[in-house]
Amino acid sequence: MKHLTKLCSATLKKSAEKGGCGECQTSCQSACKTSCTVANQKCENKK
Amino acid sequence: MVHQFCFKGINIIVDTESGAVHIADEITYDLCEILTPPLFEACPEHAYKALSEKYGRYEVTDAYGELYSLYKAGELFSEEYKGPDSKIPLTGAPIKALCLHVSHDCNMRCGYCFAKTGDFGTGRNIMDFETAKRAIDFVIERSGKRRNIEIDFFGGEPLMAFDTVKKTVEYARGFEKKCDKVFRFTITTNGLLLDEENTDYINREMSNVVLSLDGRREINDKIRKTVNGEGTFDAIVPKMQRLVKLRNKNKDHYIRGTFTKENVDFCSDIEEMLSLGFRNLSMEPVVLKGKGPYPLSEAELPRIYEEYERLCDLLLSKENTDQEFLFFHFMIDLDQGPCILKRMRGCGAGFEYVAVTPEGDIYPCHQFVGHQEYKLGNLYQNTFDFALSDTFAGINLKTRSGCSECWAKYYCGGGCSASNLTVNGDTAKPYELGCKLERKRVECAIYLKARRMMG
Repeated sequence: MKHLTKLCSATLKKSAEKGGCGECQTSCQSACKTSCTVANQKCENKK
Repeated sequence: MVHQFCFKGINIIVDTESGAVHIADEITYDLCEILTPPLFEACPEHAYKALSEKYGRYEVTDAYGELYSLYKAGELFSEEYKGPDSKIPLTGAPIKALCLHVSHDCNMRCGYCFAKTGDFGTGRNIMDFETAKRAIDFVIERSGKRRNIEIDFFGGEPLMAFDTVKKTVEYARGFEKKCDKVFRFTITTNGLLLDEENTDYINREMSNVVLSLDGRREINDKIRKTVNGEGTFDAIVPKMQRLVKLRNKNKDHYIRGTFTKENVDFCSDIEEMLSLGFRNLSMEPVVLKGKGPYPLSEAELPRIYEEYERLCDLLLSKENTDQEFLFFHFMIDLDQGPCILKRMRGCGAGFEYVAVTPEGDIYPCHQFVGHQEYKLGNLYQNTFDFALSDTFAGINLKTRSGCSECWAKYYCGGGCSASNLTVNGDTAKPYELGCKLERKRVECAIYLKARRMMG
């Protein structure tokens, strides 16, 4: 492509296939305690 | 849904539902802006017309071809994620994270304290070991098959209950092998009581430690005061420096500040933190209602946006230097972050995450403590309001007002019900200012990725 550069692929919907295990950190527990950002949590699913 | 923004000369296109993010040249950016799905193989005539003064027909056709190939690949104007709802806990979700209020007392009197100077309006009290023990028993029982259990020691000031902290850790560790659980302990402290003993203990046992410091001495000391009204900067900084210096690099820690209307120039506080030797940083907007010196309002937004942009510049300028640092809200992993189901559920308050008070009362999260109408139960009375918990479990991006239409929803997770309650008096009514700040932070985080990629 000459007009576009991909910064990130379309991975979100696919993540549902093995997702939902609930093992990742509660977002509010990490550093903020007042405001949410969920996307900076690490996935804990090793499957 | 597509969100486009130009940030410091970089044109960025976010396809919300697929998670794809693209950097575009000018013509493609302009063209994307006037397209609406569904797209077809041929570029629509209205697009040629709209761009005719700026670009030739051939150029537009060429750019359209690339946008159309993204569309066909499900990376542009992709359809809304529909499910599976069955994986989003709507009822009976396991509880796997506790905010343990080991101390409803505090040795500071901070001007913006949401905990009403430490006791949440419920009376000053220290959690005894028996209560903490019951809390651990409760989470083991309620966590079901969840293996990773999080316990955050919170307050008030948790180091005022250090004995309870130590006994609780020891007690919980005793279940790890027996129950196949992994306990991750964290602590959020103001640092005043840090000494050699508890510093070493925290660095050994806690997977994360959050140290509260607002940055510049004059900013910190104006708000974060001792009970006697004295500034705390000089007392806490050397203790925090010692803890960070001795801390294993594989374990997390954050220096966490709060900014208010008085320091919307919070980059100067970040710079102060850097000069003090701190590198893992978080700076949070205060959440307060009403007027007065601290609450943020729409009037401050342009200045705060500017400051987040300044923070991006600062962050980039420090990369590959000895002051390279992390900023919590900009650490978005675009490829390997949490799954979409986690992103839909958000913080988990009230169903997978609860707070426990020194009296053994259970609340949806630390910020709900003291709001009697949201009390979920009590460890001594063996009560737990499953219906209320299920109400929280039923909250997700699809049910939260305004989230379905928000491009940043999968980065944010739906915001904070407690902030909604604090500012709007309704857990379901979005705290709009918070939403705007979150969207700006996400734009900054994406821009930083783009800037690094482009070199």
